[in-house]
Amino acid sequence: MTALAHVPTSSGQPAAPPAARRGRYRLLPYLLLLPGAAWLLIFFALPLLQLAAASLYDPSGSLSTGYALTWAVGNYPDALQAYWPQFVRSFAYSAIALVLALLMGYPLAYAIAQKAGRWKNLLLVCVVAPMFTSFLVRTLAWKTILSDNGALVGLLRDVHLLGPDGRLLATPIAVVLGLTYNFLPFLVLPLYASLERLDYRLLEAASDLYASPLRAFRKVTLPLSMPGLIAGTLLFFIPATGDYINAELLGTPNEYMIGNLIDSAFLVRLDYPQGAALSFLLMAAILAVVFVYLRKAGTEEVL
Amino acid sequence: MRTMGHEAPAGDLRLANLTKRFGIFTAVDDLSLTIPQGSFFALLGASGCGKTTTLRMIAGLEEPTSGQVLLGDRDIARLRPYKRPVNTVFQSYALFPHLDINENVAFGLRRRGIRKVADQVDRMLALVQLEGYGRRRPAQLSGGQQQRVALARALINHPQVLLLDEPLGALDLKLRRQMQIELKRIQTEVGITFVHVTHDQEEAMTMADTVAVMNAGKIEQLGAPADIYEFPATAFVANFLGQSNLLAGEAGGTSGDHVLVSAHGGRFSVPAARARLDRGPVFLGVRPEKLHLVGTAAEVPAGHQHVGGVVTDASYVGVSTQYLVKTAWGSELSAFSANSGVGGQLPVGAPVVAHWDPRHAFLLRREPGEDDRTTPLLDEPPVSVLS
Repeated sequence: MTALAHVPTSSGQPAAPPAARRGRYRLLPYLLLLPGAAWLLIFFALPLLQLAAASLYDPSGSLSTGYALTWAVGNYPDALQAYWPQFVRSFAYSAIALVLALLMGYPLAYAIAQKAGRWKNLLLVCVVAPMFTSFLVRTLAWKTILSDNGALVGLLRDVHLLGPDGRLLATPIAVVLGLTYNFLPFLVLPLYASLERLDYRLLEAASDLYASPLRAFRKVTLPLSMPGLIAGTLLFFIPATGDYINAELLGTPNEYMIGNLIDSAFLVRLDYPQGAALSFLLMAAILAVVFVYLRKAGTEEVL
Repeated sequence: MRTMGHEAPAGDLRLANLTKRFGIFTAVDDLSLTIPQGSFFALLGASGCGKTTTLRMIAGLEEPTSGQVLLGDRDIARLRPYKRPVNTVFQSYALFPHLDINENVAFGLRRRGIRKVADQVDRMLALVQLEGYGRRRPAQLSGGQQQRVALARALINHPQVLLLDEPLGALDLKLRRQMQIELKRIQTEVGITFVHVTHDQEEAMTMADTVAVMNAGKIEQLGAPADIYEFPATAFVANFLGQSNLLAGEAGGTSGDHVLVSAHGGRFSVPAARARLDRGPVFLGVRPEKLHLVGTAAEVPAGHQHVGGVVTDASYVGVSTQYLVKTAWGSELSAFSANSGVGGQLPVGAPVVAHWDPRHAFLLRREPGEDDRTTPLLDEPPVSVLS
């Protein structure tokens, strides 16, 4: 930026008057925003509008006969009525997965941030390493892990946690475990970033001021890790709720989540209005949950 | 004391054979001392001498390798920090950034289940002169204000002992002096035992009733600031607390109530009461302000002892002039001459005679082979003494 401003002077032309120079700097942020804004407009805002329009098409149309925009708001209640169990299931599965991920992810992030010492970077790599393979491959790997003749099911049958014919694959458990596993790093990394900044001397101070380790956690560690916790839970919860790969590969139609229905509406049944209406309903539901969540848990750093 | 409504039983703080090792490094070495209740006690030493480790063992943030921390008759050395009637003002203040000043100060009360805290918090903020700052966050306060919040946050719990870990280290000089007076005032007002860790000898001397000079995990000397300054116990103390000219010599026994010393070809004597030993290798010590400079031996007052030399440096610092005098055997002595308007300035290169009253000299043990130790003109202790 400095280089740009100096170009006229160094080429021998009289320096721009200060006001003009300031004017150029004032425009600079907007210029910098331009590529990103254009990208968002073309590949996000316009398709979103298109999708909104599609959700209001006459549902009796089809790809071959063409669609008419008839402002058919009835698509929404129709979709909700047909598929509300899948909505509930989507939120239930990702909520359970979130709880599991928090139980694993918070101690993990804390240990890496505060206790790992020189192993810190290696452990971080371990958290991120699965991301180097594709989402699909990782989920397929879980299919093997949870398969009926796999070691895990065999062990669970041996200790009678599963009946002789009990299985994990094609059950809600498998889908929730898949969600937990696949989105865990999105929770751990922001949490790590928050906990890494936590000054252990504050915990010493809390302990000096009569706080037991549990109290010190609740009154100091937890509030100070709130920004990372909020970012992490959102990064986990939003994609997990919309996910359809886990239910597709690890579950059956009985475990289908809302993402699977959107997928089939667009790609199998070719019912564009319904797919679009479902998409918007999902978006609205997630926004509502996030809004309530931020109002409850939000700190000024987030809101 | 009355205003604090202190109900805990009375008790001195006693450290008994307290030792802390980190691996093979002994940070605190068999330390024993008693800190009377209600006193202002300073642990003075260079960084790495074990003073902060000692403090942390009293606070419970470090577990002793062996030994006891007794409060009254109770050994608290193995109690968890949150179970000890002891609070700390941390060097970094360690204020909770997510809580406002009121909640920072109230933290300890709330953890002990006290609901009504507003009055106490207000009174405490008034004590540290921070009325009206309760709703602010720590980051919105200056360093000096944060320091006072840290103090209020600890004091509000009426601890039996308040520990201060270099609490003024992060403040600039002027504010530090101001806070020293403040701290002393507050300590007198609340009557709580203060244990203050510092590397700043002036800070220790101005505030504390009793100073313990620590070196390499041990206490070199303990006593009232003036006593330590006037009659240091070891060469380390003589140079750490203020400056000293230490001449290497040999003590040759007593004659009457004086110890005879020969050093660098001269013969000197020191009152027996100011000698730590009377035979063997010794340091003959004189403080720079007790060393006076005159032009010739004839001007030396009766009863004073003297050595000759040449002025090699004269630094005029307003209130006094600090001279360096090079002796015939090559050591440099420092002498402070008060700028009282009596006598003129001595130019560099002038031959002088440095003299002192033997009653101001002191005699310390010297390791055989050790040469003269004269303090260079530095504010900080010389690096060579840090171990």
